[in-house]
Amino acid sequence: MSTRLKVEKRVDVPSWLPLVTSIGSVVLAFIIGGIIFKIVGGKPFEAAKYFYQAVFGSWAVFSDTMVKATPLILVGVACAIAFKMRLWNIGAEGQFYAGAFGASLVVLIPIVPLETTPKFIVIGLMMLFGMIAGAIWGFIPGYLKAKYKVNEIITTLMLNYIIINWNNFWIFDKWSDRGFQMTATFDRVAWLPRLADYAKQIKAFAGVTLHLGVLFGIVAAAIVWWIFRYSRWGYEIKLIGDNPEAARYAGIDISKNIILVMAFSGALAGLAGMSEISGVVHRLQESISPGYGFTGIIVAWLAKLNPFVIIPVSVLFAGLIVAGRELQPAGLSFLLQGIILFMLISSDVLLRYKIRILRTDEEAA
Amino acid sequence: MSSTTPAVEMKDIVIRFPGVLANDHVNLTLRQGEIHALLGENGAGKSTLMNALAGLYKPVSGTTKVNGELVDFNSPKDAIAKGIGMVHQHFKLVPTHTVTENILLGMDEPRFLMNLKKYDEKILELEEQYGLYVDPAAKIWQLPVGAQQRVEILKTLYRGAEILIMDEPTAVLAPQEIDDLMVTMRSMTDQGKSIIFISHKLHEVIAVADRVTVLRKGIVTAHGKSLEGLTKRNLAQLMVGRDVVFSVEKEEREAGDVVLEMKDVYAKNNKGLPALQGISLRVHSGEILGIAGVGGNGQSELAETITGLRECEGLIEINGEEISNQPPIEAIARGVSHIPEDRTTVGSAPSLSITDNMIMKNYNQEPIGNGWSINFARAGEHAQKLKEKYNILAPNVRTPAGKLSGGNLQKLILAREISSYPRLMVAMQPTRGLDVGAIEAIQSLLLEQRQSGTAILLISEELDELLSLSDRIAVISDGKIVGAVLAEDADINEIGLMMTGGTDD
Ligand SMILES: Nc1ncnc2c1ncn2[C@@H]1O[C@H](COP(=O)(O)OP(=O)(O)O)[C@@H](O)[C@H]1O
Ligand SMILES: [Mg+2]
Repeated sequence: MSTRLKVEKRVDVPSWLPLVTSIGSVVLAFIIGGIIFKIVGGKPFEAAKYFYQAVFGSWAVFSDTMVKATPLILVGVACAIAFKMRLWNIGAEGQFYAGAFGASLVVLIPIVPLETTPKFIVIGLMMLFGMIAGAIWGFIPGYLKAKYKVNEIITTLMLNYIIINWNNFWIFDKWSDRGFQMTATFDRVAWLPRLADYAKQIKAFAGVTLHLGVLFGIVAAAIVWWIFRYSRWGYEIKLIGDNPEAARYAGIDISKNIILVMAFSGALAGLAGMSEISGVVHRLQESISPGYGFTGIIVAWLAKLNPFVIIPVSVLFAGLIVAGRELQPAGLSFLLQGIILFMLISSDVLLRYKIRILRTDEEAA
Repeated sequence: MSSTTPAVEMKDIVIRFPGVLANDHVNLTLRQGEIHALLGENGAGKSTLMNALAGLYKPVSGTTKVNGELVDFNSPKDAIAKGIGMVHQHFKLVPTHTVTENILLGMDEPRFLMNLKKYDEKILELEEQYGLYVDPAAKIWQLPVGAQQRVEILKTLYRGAEILIMDEPTAVLAPQEIDDLMVTMRSMTDQGKSIIFISHKLHEVIAVADRVTVLRKGIVTAHGKSLEGLTKRNLAQLMVGRDVVFSVEKEEREAGDVVLEMKDVYAKNNKGLPALQGISLRVHSGEILGIAGVGGNGQSELAETITGLRECEGLIEINGEEISNQPPIEAIARGVSHIPEDRTTVGSAPSLSITDNMIMKNYNQEPIGNGWSINFARAGEHAQKLKEKYNILAPNVRTPAGKLSGGNLQKLILAREISSYPRLMVAMQPTRGLDVGAIEAIQSLLLEQRQSGTAILLISEELDELLSLSDRIAVISDGKIVGAVLAEDADINEIGLMMTGGTDD
C-alpha cells in the first residue's frame, strides 16, 4: 500500500489561513537560511542569537530597528493606497526624495527664522512642505495618466531619477557644506524629537534613537485603514481597482481619483522622506535611502495591502536591514530577505490549492 | 464498448460550496449519440455538474463512468484524454491570434515549427466534416461571437472529443446563428458524438434535444426524460417547481409627460465609426418604449449616450434638462437608472461583496453615505433587504458578486437600479441568458416600474419580449430609427423585415 499526494483547488479560504501561511513561510525561511549558513560553515544557532540581539537585543538596538521600519511603514502605506486602485506607483523612492527636498527648503532657505520660531511650527512646516513636494511628485504621473493615458509605471520610475539628480544639483552646487556631498547639519530646532532627548529625565532612554516619525507611520496606517474600511473615497478606490468600467457606470470620476490617489500616495512617501532627514540624518545629503521606496513596494504587497499588517512586515524587513550590518557574511541578510520573499509568494499557492494525502486503495479505479 | 453502454454515467454526485449544496446526489446518464439537454434555473448547479465532468471541480462523493469505465479526473487534461470536451459560456480564446493558432494552443503538436498552412488545411477538413465554417487564418478579434463559438467547438473536436458539453451556447447567439448551431449539433451526433446541451430556453431544448435532465436547486427533478410528449409548460414546471405564466399581464395605463427626449443624436462606436446616425425619440412617464433591432445596430451606443457613458452630438433631455455629454453622475442625479448590457464587465465589481455592489449608485447619499464616510452597517441592512425582496440566492451579503450565477447577478443589478426610484430606466437586454423563472420575475419588475410611472427604454433582441412588454416599439437599424409602431397592432413579420431592411446581408 502506498500513498500519493493530491492537489486540489480550494473553493473557500478559511480566514485564519493567510496568517498561518505567512508566519509559516517566515519561520521556514529562517530554517532554510540556517541550513545554508551551516553548509557554508557557519554556526546557525550562534548566528540566530546574534541576529536576535542585533534586532531586538536591547531597547537601543530595537529602537534602531524601529527607526529603519519607520520609512518602510510610511512608504508601504503610500504604495498600498495606490495599489488598491491598481495604480502601479513605483515612484515612492522619488517621492521620498522629493519629500526630503521639500522639508529641507524650510531649513535651508529658510522659510521662517529658525532662531525665533518654536519647534512645533518648524517641524509642522517641514511636514507640510515634505508632503506637498511628495504630492507634486505623485501628481505629475497621476495627471499624465488621467489626461493622456501615459503609463504610470514608466513615468513614476523615470521621475525617481529626475528628483535624485535634482537633489544632487542642490547638494553639490548650492548648499554643499565645505565641498562635501551634503548640506550643513540642520539647526536642532528642525530635528524631530527623539527618546534620547529625554535621557536626563528617564535614564533608560540614553542613546535610544527612536524618533517621532514612527508615530507618523502608525497614524498614517490607521488613517489609511479607516479610508479603506469606512470612507466614501476608499469605496471609490476599491471599486475603481476592481472594475473601472463599473466605477464609471456608478458615476465615479476616475480621472480625478487617479490624480488624487497618486498625490496622496506621493504625500505619504514624501512624509517618509521628511521624517528621515528630520529624524535621522538631520541634513540633506546624497544617499538618504537604501531603497526604502522599492522595499516599500514589497512590504505593501506582502501585507496584502492591509495598512496594519504593513507595520509588522516593515519591522521584519527593517530587522533584516539592521541585522545585515552585524552578521558576517553580510550577504546573509539579503539571502534571508530573498528566501522570505520566495516563501511568501509561493505560500500563496496553499491559499488557492489544498493538498491531500491519499492512500492508493482509497482511489476509485 | 457496446452501443448500449452509456457515454457518461454520473451517479450520486455531491458538490458543495460554502453555504451552498450545488449538487445533491445528482444522477445523469448520457447515451451514445444523443443530444441530452440539461435544464435548470440559474444557480441550479448545471455548470457545476458539468465542470466536474470536465475535470475542473472535484465532487465530494459520487462516481463517474465514461463509456463504462470508472474515472476520477484531477484536471481538464484527464477529461480530454477520455474524450470529454467542454465549450464554456465565456470563451477562452486569445483575441490577437488566428483561429488555427488558438486551436493548436496547448497541443503537443506542432512541436517547434508552426507550419500554419498545413494546419489550416487540417482545420478546414474538420470544418467541412461538421459544417462549422470559419476562416482559419482570421484573427479572433475580427470574428463575431457566433464564429468565435465555432472556434471553441472546433477546439474540442480537434482534441478528439467524443463527448461535448456545451454550457449555454445559445445565450450569446442571434436567432439565425442558433439555427446554424442546431444543425451543427445534429451533424455531430450523426457522426457518433454525444452532446450535453445546457440551455434556459425551453423551445430550444424541445427543438434539438432527445432527452432532458432537469435540475432544481441542486436536485434532479427529471432524470433522462424523453422529450416526446413533453410541453413547454411541463418542462417549466419541473424547472421551477410551480406553474409559470408565459405572458405577463400588462395593465392599461395612460402615458404621462415626456421624460426622455432625444433629438438628432449622433455618436461613434469604439472603433470610431458612426454608430448612431440621427436618432430622435421620446419616452413618456409610465410608458415602455421597446427598441427592436439586430444586435450591433447602435443599441449599445444608444444606451450609453443617454447614461453619459459615451460622447455624442445632438440633444438629450431628461424632464427638460439637457444631459448630453455630461458625466454619468449627472444622469444618475436626474433619476436615470441603467441596466447595462454586460452584467459582469459593466454592471458589477466581481471581487467586491454583494453589499458593495448594491450601493454602487447610492453610496454617496443619505442614509448610506454620510459626509466622508459610508455607514456600512446600514449598507449591509439595505443589501440584506434587497437580497430578500428580490430573492437573490447567495450565502450572505458578504459573498463576492463574482460568485453569483447570471440570474442572481442580474437580480442584484435590477434590485439596485429599481431601489433608487428612477424616472427613466434604460434596460438593455435585461433577460438575456436567464431562465424562465428569472425572466418572469424580471419582466414583472419592469411592468411594476411602468405602473409606478417610470419611463422605460427597453432595448432587446427578443421580439416576443418586446411585444409583450412595450407600449410602443421602434426599430433601430444601422444607427437610425427606421420605423415605430404601437405594440398592440404590431406585426412580428413586419418588424422583422424592418430590422433587417437597413442592413446589406
Ligand atoms: N466557485 C464557486 N464558489 C461558490 N459558490 C459557487 C461557485 N460556483 C457556483 N457556486 C454556487 O453554486 C450554485 C450552482 O451554481 P451553477 O452551477 O453555476 O449554476 P447554473 O450553472 O445552473 O446556473 C449557485 O448557488 C452558485 O452561487
Ligand atoms: Mg451556469
